[in-house]
Amino acid sequence: MNDFAFHAPESLKEAADLLAQYDGDGKLIAGGTSLMLLLKQSLVQPDHLISLHRVPEARGIEVKDGVLHIGGLVTQREVEQSAVVREATPLLANAYSRVATVRIRNAATVGGGLAQADPAMDPPSSLLVLGASVVVTSASAERTISIADWYADYYETTINEDEIVTELLVPVQPTDMGWTYIKYLPRTEDDYATVSVAALGKADGGKISEVRVGLGAVGATALRASDLEAALVGADANHDVLKHASQGVADIVDPTSDPRGSADYKRDMAVVFARRALEQVLGVVA
Amino acid sequence: MTSTPIRQTVQVTVNGKPYSAEVPTYRTLVDFIRYDLGLTGTKETCSVGVCGACTLMLDGQMISSCITLAVRVDGADIETIEGVANGDELHPIQQAFIDNGGFQCGACTPGQIMASKALLEENPHPTEDEIKAWMMGNLCRCTGYYQIIDSIKAAAEKMA
Repeated sequence: MNDFAFHAPESLKEAADLLAQYDGDGKLIAGGTSLMLLLKQSLVQPDHLISLHRVPEARGIEVKDGVLHIGGLVTQREVEQSAVVREATPLLANAYSRVATVRIRNAATVGGGLAQADPAMDPPSSLLVLGASVVVTSASAERTISIADWYADYYETTINEDEIVTELLVPVQPTDMGWTYIKYLPRTEDDYATVSVAALGKADGGKISEVRVGLGAVGATALRASDLEAALVGADANHDVLKHASQGVADIVDPTSDPRGSADYKRDMAVVFARRALEQVLGVVA
Repeated sequence: MTSTPIRQTVQVTVNGKPYSAEVPTYRTLVDFIRYDLGLTGTKETCSVGVCGACTLMLDGQMISSCITLAVRVDGADIETIEGVANGDELHPIQQAFIDNGGFQCGACTPGQIMASKALLEENPHPTEDEIKAWMMGNLCRCTGYYQIIDSIKAAAEKMA
């Protein structure tokens, strides 16, 4: 690790002021489960490290007017265990419960995960299908960014260097839709996914009325399978229709080969698990 | 490059005792515990938060001390493997690991014991699946895991 000055501000305002003051030479750290790995490899070499562990704000979980609000400094373990989150967005509670191990989730924060933006993380596909947004604050302004505009590239988001993730907003999950999060990993349970799929769906009288499909670990960012979703509205909810429609997923994913699978394998598995996720949320027996 | 590291004083309570040391800001918690405080029971093996050997309790939560900065824990309360036994009397979890062959080489054992203790404090009567889900973050290359699960079950029974 490089040599850095360590700061422990005691409010969001103080943290935002430090970020503004160091103007690109300061880096935020919350749980540290991602950033410490980058620091240890000298991939990130900040002059100033600004730790948020003494900041009292951005730690709440509540539902207001049909929207779940999760503070940026809430740990991923708190999200997983929160009765409020499990009730409002069971899909999201499930996705966070699949991240790494208890020990990592005890430290890792919601805001830190959003800012790290590793496309193989568990929550992004669920955040996409739930239509989440991210609130960020700088010393001078606050803005809200749709999750669809949040992820820009591998480990890149549209946040500015002087902004802090203060809140994750998630519309309450429709109770009349089936949901699933499938994390496919041939190695160990605590690993990143080879392919992951989050889906919501409902059918009336055997016809699909709405489906939403998000894909993780298959490209530079998590993806929403919008063409697939549109093509299925009004279609028959059966195995053959879903199998045929899911083939299109191969064209929208752009995976890389790594120890979790070759690019070709991941592309094939994205098709398979998109279809299985749709079957689960629509109650289709293969 | 600068030749003199930026240093800060870190004051912590470890196993009920106060400690203070001035360390470079880049000192990891596991190095701080082992080399600055001399408590070498906590082990470092993978150094990236995956294997669980460096598990300790920070303000009541188990964390990886290899991916935590020492300066981050200023003012905190820490429990390490050295604080688990009551003097010469082993904790029931430690005794259960001995009685059930829950370790061989011992490198992962301090982390296994800390994680087991955190589990039984939160869930005193875990099912086998709950034990597996909780302990999957603690790797062992010797035992094949079954003896570790047996050890935790035995400890849970003893502590009930």
